Amino acid sequence: MQFFAVVTGLIHLEMLPFLFFPGGDSLSWIFQAFFSLIFVVFVFYGQRIQMYIMIREIQGSLLRLKFIRDEGRKIALKTIKEIGKSEVDPAERVDRFLEYVTIRPESMDPAGIVWKLEHILDVREERFKDEVKLMAPAADETNINNLENTLEAAAALNFIYKVIRHFYLLGKKTLSLYIIMQIQMILPLIMREAEAYASALKAFSYGQPIGDGAGALVVAKLMYGRRKRKIEKDCVVAKISIEGRTAYVIKAEGPGGNVGKPGEAIKRVIEENDGKISTVIMIDAALKLEGEKPGEIAEGVGAAIGGPGTEQYKIENSILKYKIPIHAVLIKEDIGDAVSPMRKEIFEATEAAVERVKCVIKEKTKEGDTIIVAGIGNTIGVGQ
Amino acid sequence: MNDETDTTARKISSIVIIVIIVALALSLSALYQAYDLFINEDPTMGLWLLIGFIGLALSTYMLLQTRSRMKRFTLKTPPITTTIICSKCGFKNVRNFERGDYILKKLDSCSKCKGTLMISAIYRKVDEKGKELKIFS
Ligand SMILES: [Zn+2]
Repeated sequence: MQFFAVVTGLIHLEMLPFLFFPGGDSLSWIFQAFFSLIFVVFVFYGQRIQMYIMIREIQGSLLRLKFIRDEGRKIALKTIKEIGKSEVDPAERVDRFLEYVTIRPESMDPAGIVWKLEHILDVREERFKDEVKLMAPAADETNINNLENTLEAAAALNFIYKVIRHFYLLGKKTLSLYIIMQIQMILPLIMREAEAYASALKAFSYGQPIGDGAGALVVAKLMYGRRKRKIEKDCVVAKISIEGRTAYVIKAEGPGGNVGKPGEAIKRVIEENDGKISTVIMIDAALKLEGEKPGEIAEGVGAAIGGPGTEQYKIENSILKYKIPIHAVLIKEDIGDAVSPMRKEIFEATEAAVERVKCVIKEKTKEGDTIIVAGIGNTIGVGQ
Repeated sequence: MNDETDTTARKISSIVIIVIIVALALSLSALYQAYDLFINEDPTMGLWLLIGFIGLALSTYMLLQTRSRMKRFTLKTPPITTTIICSKCGFKNVRNFERGDYILKKLDSCSKCKGTLMISAIYRKVDEKGKELKIFS
């Protein structure tokens, strides 16, 4: 609004007709009246006009969100029908799935909340898996994991759409500038996230590797062709020798969509070796900042793992107990790349990351040491 | 925002486009009128000029907006390629991704040397749209 006031103040709109009609005939009077009217309208209704423009903008994005959500549901349903070969139509069950909510544990007394959260997430996953098995009785373990991931992405899209719709309708109803403005301001970021989920959904439904799986892929390359065993929970571990060191390499078990519980696995391996581990190296995909190149590799210290935080907590706890140093090798990518089919740049970066891991091992440990190398991320489309 | 919005939106958009084109034609004719009056040194030329420009600006703006909105209504599928190599003779084959492929999957034996084939890579190629400023890299 201030903008218009400044502009009108600068060029003296009332004077404008006289530029065109120096004579001051009747037409110029009409013109002057017209400009005065515009001025008055903008003074009193400027904010409202701006608000309607914002609402229109939100409406456009909402239409797009609805399209994405519907498309996501369609893809999920099609994949379930294709793989599951269920006799009954899974549509109703899928729609029910899209509405599932997970209630976070109360954090007023935060002691022990990690275990409460983990328990809730375990129950959730169990429930999701059962649900998918009912929807798609013919699916094998890999496909069940992929379908579960697909449905979770569809549920996330549904949730985003509904939240934005809520604020859109609320804004229209109340005509409150603050409600409309706050949603309009974060809309570009939300749309980016929704697009990312949409491409994730497609990748999951086909079982294609995604950018987030870069860490798992690095470790898969290390353990390829070696003897592996399963370890808690949904993870595999192989005992291999790298540069004269004994390395336990851990990743989630592929090729189904699965992140496993690497925290649990690392803890188990440390316990098995009575804490005689000289270092832990974690490899994960990390969010890049705008301007950084996708596939850049960064090093650091600390537990490189995302998710709800329960696994990071467990890893930090178990390395603290034996005072084991922890190093991280990160592959940079943006949120869109992290959940869409793996980019060529990121795939190539995993080759470089393997070398970088060997570098870190040579620099930070001595020959004969025992180490843990953990590849973190969703291992969809990546074997071992 | 109910289920009818999709179809109604499409119906409206064609009407909107016709209206925009008519407005465009009218504003162009207003500009022509202004030119005519300018030749005859008529003082009302300014009014026509103003109407013409405002109409032109508004209608092109609307046209661009509806176009960009329609373009955005698709989900793009990038091509995903699967690379297969033979560990023995180095035979390499690149094909489109098929359901069931995964990295490090063992396939049946090589047609040339009876060695084992393995999927070595699955990725998508991205064409960088819009080069970023070199100064900041
Ligand atoms: Zn061969």
